[in-house]
Amino acid sequence: MAAVILEARGLSRAFGGLRAVDGVDLTLTEGEIHALIGPNGAGKTTLVSLLSGRLAPDQGTIRFAGEDITRLPAQTRVLRGIAYTFQITSIYAGLTVFDNLALALQRRHRRDLADAVTQAATRIGLAPYLQTEAGTLSYGHQRLLEIGMGLALSPRLLILDEPTQGLANAEIEDFLTLIRGLTGTTILLIEHNMEVVMALAQRITVLNMGRVLASGTPDAIRADRAVQDAYLGGGHAAD
Amino acid sequence: MRPALLHIGVLAALVAAGFLLPAYQHGMLARILVMAVFAMGYNLAFGYTGLLSLGHALHFCAGMMATGLAMRHGLAAGPALILGLAAGTATAMLTGLLALRTAGVSFMIVTLMFAQAFHLTLLYYGGFTGGDEGFPLPSAARRLFGLDLTQAGPRYAVALALFAAGLLAQWALVRSRFGRSMIAMRENEERSRMLGYNPFTTKLAALALSGLYSGAAGAAYGLLFGYVGASFGTSQYSILPLLYVLLGGAGTTLGPLLGAGLMAWLIDAASSLTDSPLAVIGITLIVLVLFAPKGILGTLREKGLKWLP
Repeated sequence: MAAVILEARGLSRAFGGLRAVDGVDLTLTEGEIHALIGPNGAGKTTLVSLLSGRLAPDQGTIRFAGEDITRLPAQTRVLRGIAYTFQITSIYAGLTVFDNLALALQRRHRRDLADAVTQAATRIGLAPYLQTEAGTLSYGHQRLLEIGMGLALSPRLLILDEPTQGLANAEIEDFLTLIRGLTGTTILLIEHNMEVVMALAQRITVLNMGRVLASGTPDAIRADRAVQDAYLGGGHAAD
Repeated sequence: MRPALLHIGVLAALVAAGFLLPAYQHGMLARILVMAVFAMGYNLAFGYTGLLSLGHALHFCAGMMATGLAMRHGLAAGPALILGLAAGTATAMLTGLLALRTAGVSFMIVTLMFAQAFHLTLLYYGGFTGGDEGFPLPSAARRLFGLDLTQAGPRYAVALALFAAGLLAQWALVRSRFGRSMIAMRENEERSRMLGYNPFTTKLAALALSGLYSGAAGAAYGLLFGYVGASFGTSQYSILPLLYVLLGGAGTTLGPLLGAGLMAWLIDAASSLTDSPLAVIGITLIVLVLFAPKGILGTLREKGLKWLP
């Protein structure tokens, strides 16, 4: 059994009267790909915002690599090894692809920055576009750059918020290859595309109305009746 | 390579101008160079970091006052100048600590209020600061490294040296890792946070550098032209660097110089034609916002001179 890298206990966050995340427990083990699924409004993005530090929880604790990080600001968590890629592409549109990647890399690569940037760009297939202004790239390439910036941080935990949203099928294949090629990085994946989830995830947690509905292996989740009711359309496969 | 040649070329042209220009233009150019240093400081905050401050008169005037008052009380020009740099930096950091809790329009208003409060304080303690009328610096004290700053030649040399140091430092800064993280704040603050940059400390450091430049410009202005007064703390002196930077091109290394030079020349030319040269500033600003919101160098860069620093 691999070591636990992240452990959230009793996380809650309300917006006005709405309990977007309500007493959620989540454990991630080192090196796993863990998918977070659930209907729209289930609290997935709020939950990962709590984990990445973009939002502060009302209640609960988060431990990362054995240390309590509940009160740390987002930028400090990034330095500890938690990277977050945005659901809505958030790159530096006015800067070149080179500068976008350099901003993620320059803290750890002082002397060999240009080499490191080229390597990171090659990994996501953007090496020919280094001097291109990022905002002028195609949507699929911007998505890849977004993921590439997260990867360039060499995080211990990478949180991907709907990475394949709006990608063409061929681009999704590239994405799957990219993620499978990572070793040692724990990945928390929010994803609506069930094919992607089933292709990548070793474990799945299902959220509904801010609560954990079920958590387990893909097969166990597929067979879970409560999940089928809430999420997979209500038609019971077993019936 | 081309950016390096451009910077060296501009500095060489300015050295040559010092020998060639007649006395009137000579004095005017020295003034432009000092104001360009102020504008470069403003450019670090506004052009590169995206912090639109309306209170930079505070740092300019604080630098000027610190140097002027120190010299009035007997300090030599050199140490007094250092004191001016420190005053500009310190006021920028202190006001930044509070103002950076806000952003956008609120940031503009908070910085404006700090500058107004400082100006009124200077007037209130007029007995000490000279108030509205200010005070002249004693000619005998205006000596730096053995140079007599009441003379046009040495005055120009010191203004140019300050400008050259400011320009080269700015160029190195914006090409550095820290410069890139400043620009990142301007472009997308939330993304920068999620790459591990602390927006508050990055912006505070940028403001401190901006204040250092502004304080240096204010101190040099007083020292070179021999007069110090609260009138340099009015909001007009917060607007001027903004205007210079907008005209020349925000986020370009040479934009501040170009903007300061062009504006001075415009006002000078307009003064001989009309009684209201300030209207020229207004019209320039309107034309600029309508047709070239990125300023002259910003527009050139967009139109193909991508290498322009």
